[in-house]
Amino acid sequence: MKQFSYTITDPEGIHARPAGLLVKEAAKFQSKITIECNGKSGDLKRIFAVMALGVKAGMQVNVTVEGDDEVEAATAVEEFLKANL
Amino acid sequence: MITISGQAVCGGIAFGKLYHIKKSVGMIERRHIDDVENEILRMNNAREEAKSQLGALYEKALLEVGQDNAMIFEIHQMMLDDLDYVESIEGIIRDQKLNAETAVANTADTMADMFASMDDSYMQARAADVKDISERVISILSGATSGGIDSDEPVIIGAEDLAPSETVQLDKSKILAFITEKGSSNSHTSILARTMNIPAVINAQGIMDDSLNGKDMIVDGFTGEIFIEPDPDTNARLLEKLKKVNEQKELLNKLKGVKPVTKDGQSIMLYANIGSMEDVPSVWANDGMGIGLFRSEFIYLSKDTYPTEDEQFGIYKSVAQNMLGKRVIIRTLDIGADKQVDYFDMPKEENPAMGVRAIRICLNRPEVFKTQLRALYRASAFGKIAIMFPMITSLSEVKRIKEICKEVTDELDKENIPYNKDIELGIMIETPAAAVISDILAAEVDFFSIGTNDLTQYTLAIDRQNSEAAKFCDIHHRAVLRLIKMVVDNSHKHGIWTGICGELGGDLELTETFLAMGVDELSVSPGLILPIKQKVLNTDLTGRKDELLSDI
Repeated sequence: MKQFSYTITDPEGIHARPAGLLVKEAAKFQSKITIECNGKSGDLKRIFAVMALGVKAGMQVNVTVEGDDEVEAATAVEEFLKANL
Repeated sequence: MITISGQAVCGGIAFGKLYHIKKSVGMIERRHIDDVENEILRMNNAREEAKSQLGALYEKALLEVGQDNAMIFEIHQMMLDDLDYVESIEGIIRDQKLNAETAVANTADTMADMFASMDDSYMQARAADVKDISERVISILSGATSGGIDSDEPVIIGAEDLAPSETVQLDKSKILAFITEKGSSNSHTSILARTMNIPAVINAQGIMDDSLNGKDMIVDGFTGEIFIEPDPDTNARLLEKLKKVNEQKELLNKLKGVKPVTKDGQSIMLYANIGSMEDVPSVWANDGMGIGLFRSEFIYLSKDTYPTEDEQFGIYKSVAQNMLGKRVIIRTLDIGADKQVDYFDMPKEENPAMGVRAIRICLNRPEVFKTQLRALYRASAFGKIAIMFPMITSLSEVKRIKEICKEVTDELDKENIPYNKDIELGIMIETPAAAVISDILAAEVDFFSIGTNDLTQYTLAIDRQNSEAAKFCDIHHRAVLRLIKMVVDNSHKHGIWTGICGELGGDLELTETFLAMGVDELSVSPGLILPIKQKVLNTDLTGRKDELLSDI
């Protein structure tokens, strides 16, 4: 299992467009990827669940990755967050 | 005449007849089914068809409104594949033995309620997305077709609300304006209307009244007013307004994309001054080649306490990304004098214009300065950011600033945080002292930007806020113009460039003089860019440089 935290810097938070891109990124991997924020958690491959977290700028998200390709998946998702959010 | 006031979301004036678009919602038939698997197959087929329709809409939107705005249709496709959504629909079909239409409608209601209950206006607006995709699936299931515009002449579209898919599907050549009874300025329809530059008003209560359909009206997309069966005075007033808008539009169409070069081939960069992120679209709309002055103080002024590094980073990064690689010159904190921020807790000064302001505050409080610099350097990895320091008077200040910048980049290197190693550092020339020693300062920085407001005030010793004193102020005073020429000459001797970001930059009477001096860039409020470009294009400096400069 791989875990990391990231603080959202995009002033608009995880709004629809980046949520879509984030889900697309997560969908490339076999592993189960869970995003947690503000006491709520959701499956990072489900766009409604990600949007429902209502993540805003300055909030910390915790991502947990579990599965055969967890190392690659965790790296890719973390890179994506750093570059886009 | 009846007047309806709504919320303006996209400027422009339209004269025409109202055309109501009503959803053919049709009652959804609730029916029990026996063959569960067949019903799920029907639903999945309809979902696939909806996705392929959205794919076609994406392609259409890509050409009409660009990738950023078209992306919504790709997100809608993903929503149709969302497991929570699909599992909920399948669950209703399986467990309650209900038909696919009902299952989709119930799921849409539940999901839309979830978004509507979020404490975030942006997310609340997403409820409309869920309804939009679900209505598409339902209409495929029930064989209904969506309503287009059945009119020979262009019309003003009135609707309760417009889903993004409906907005894009409509035939643009038939649309004069959009009016909706509901909606938010965050909705995709508003965003698309702005991108397509069609006048739009939302929250126009009463526009869907049946008696109004087909009536003549005028839509003012600047004020949000709608005049139904306008009286002659209103008609004349808005015609006049439309004429002005059209003149500006023609100017824009004629000059957009044209490089500002004089008839004899001298070019100049025309940049925009902005005060917040919201101004970025107007930079694009007016064909700005970059941002010559981004006043970072608004970030400090709009808060009750010091903005954090991450907050600032988010804003700078977003502006840099939105400018797509064009130069964005961000001026570091420039408060004091007429711009006070309570939480800085600055002692009251006898003479604030000459007190501890701008770079002096930053050098006195390096922790505040470094927070901003770290945010700026980090953001420089995402676009072409340049940093500019205000209120410079001496070489030692510039050296101290560069030391602090070095400390910041050393820290970032140690933390392995990316930044642009070739970031341009410039200073504002807005004190006579800086202008007079500009030959020395030029060796230390990458560019100069002349702040003519302060330079005039300090050169003429006239307070610009004092109206009694202001009558002694000659805004084209030779002393100021000579200083500007001196700064430009000194910068060129050292191989760096000079811009002007103060009010004189936008003064059309001086455009030729500045071109004759060889000023490299003018940064003005976005609305002035095109008039100046026009002036530059009409200028021929051949054999006139000496004459133009002899006046100063």
